Amino acid sequence: MSFVTRGFSGRRREADPRLPPGQTLVQDWPVLSAGPTPRVDTADWEFTIRDETGADHRWSWDELLALGVEDVTVDIHCVTHWSKLDMAWRGVSLDKVFENVESEHEYVMAHSYGGYTTNVPLEDLLDGKAWIATEAEGEPLDPEHGGPARLLVPHLYFWKSAKWLRGLTMMPDNDPGFWEQYGYHLYGDPWKEERYW
Amino acid sequence: MTHHLDGNVLAGALSEVFRSDVTAARGRCGGCGRTAPIAEAMVWTDAPGLVARCAGCDRVLATVVDTGDRVILSLAGLSAVELRR
Amino acid sequence: MSAQPADVASPPRPRVSWHTGTVVETRRETPSAVRITLDVPTWPESPAGAHLDVRLTAPDGYQASRSYSVASAAPGGQVVLAVDEIPDGEVSPFLVHDLRPGDQVELHGPLGAFFVWRPGRTTRPVQLVAGGSGVVPLYAMAAAHGAAADTVPFRLLYSARTPADVFFADELATLAGPTLGLDLVYTRAAPDGWPDPVGRLTRESLAARTVPAEQHPHVYVCGSTGFVETVARWLQDLGHAAADIHTERFGGL
Repeated sequence: MSFVTRGFSGRRREADPRLPPGQTLVQDWPVLSAGPTPRVDTADWEFTIRDETGADHRWSWDELLALGVEDVTVDIHCVTHWSKLDMAWRGVSLDKVFENVESEHEYVMAHSYGGYTTNVPLEDLLDGKAWIATEAEGEPLDPEHGGPARLLVPHLYFWKSAKWLRGLTMMPDNDPGFWEQYGYHLYGDPWKEERYW
Repeated sequence: MTHHLDGNVLAGALSEVFRSDVTAARGRCGGCGRTAPIAEAMVWTDAPGLVARCAGCDRVLATVVDTGDRVILSLAGLSAVELRR
Repeated sequence: MSAQPADVASPPRPRVSWHTGTVVETRRETPSAVRITLDVPTWPESPAGAHLDVRLTAPDGYQASRSYSVASAAPGGQVVLAVDEIPDGEVSPFLVHDLRPGDQVELHGPLGAFFVWRPGRTTRPVQLVAGGSGVVPLYAMAAAHGAAADTVPFRLLYSARTPADVFFADELATLAGPTLGLDLVYTRAAPDGWPDPVGRLTRESLAARTVPAEQHPHVYVCGSTGFVETVARWLQDLGHAAADIHTERFGGL
């Protein structure tokens, strides 16, 4: 029954051969949110990895940055069909964060200030594939976009790049996080268009 | 935009799932027990799905994900819904 | 809680379905909004305050959908919307600037059982409070009230930036009378000789220009999220029961 609306093309969107299927390039940076925006001062900010022994590995803001912040340029792909290519970010590699964390568990639940969660296999966070990002496009991450720090996992749909990152909990099974419980794919590979259940 | 709308905006999405408009129906939050019309829920629409939260405690009451050929509805945060006949 | 007059039970609701609307006319309503008249032969009876979802489809299949309140509608006839342009919006700039007579759009509705008013259902007075484009569903209620010659006392308190920003100005002026009290508040600029202060609505001004809580009016508040939440809070401060206040948020700060 649906028909094309004469003259409508949505926001300015372009095709590009570097885009995964079903994605279009945008020039702005849309803000998507499932709830109120948490406001966390870096003075109060803390990041925690909880392993299966129940031990907590903690970093304050300064301790996180002291691990070494690097520049990365990545493409990001949102499941709502927009993508940005060659986006400049700064963050701490998860490889550095996990250097002294031992775990037998293969999966991770990322937790955000405000309650959001998303699940990711540990191997998708290591070997240069993920960061705790503190800056984007040359500016400190503002709260709307997940600041002060968010997870950045560009090879998966961007709902996996949890905003307002607070911690990671190791888990033995790939338990679903927020969107994964409500209809979204457990893994989320944009190149295989793994959007929904 | 990170502001929210309210449950009135759920009417369209939920009309595919329920026989009659449920925005006037009252829902009980499974978290704090607040019972109010679903139209009064705080609803975030700029997200991969519609997210309705309790106006009292912010807990997620319901989500609606439209995949194109399917609608995936969760009412998990509502402990009860009351509809007038 | 004191005893209140009984309200008549609601009638059966119209079936919600998809309709094709053909644009008859678009005309400028305010500097940022247009009034769109559509022919919708399949449109059923719909209560005042109802809304519909407009769905637009791009050539590559991309779809965007937004909700708009129905300003007026006749079963099987014309449906009138008033669309305010949201800067950088995805849908409203298209509807405001690009829609032409003869164009067809998909409409889903009528929607909404909460923020609606039907004549003859209650003897309690009705207070409408509108912020900007939030007046559209409230205008629909005032028009339905007038068309039915319903004698329940209605008051509309309408906050707009300037006289040019008033939606349905002529229609509201015509409806104003013994059963519709119309109160305009200008927040940026008023006509010459305007007797009231220019500026944002205050709690005191709200109190002075609305049906008192002791009369237990049904209250409908529509506007931006910020406007609605502030006004709803003030109304409760003034003694209106939360259950008597119906709200509809249009987004925005």
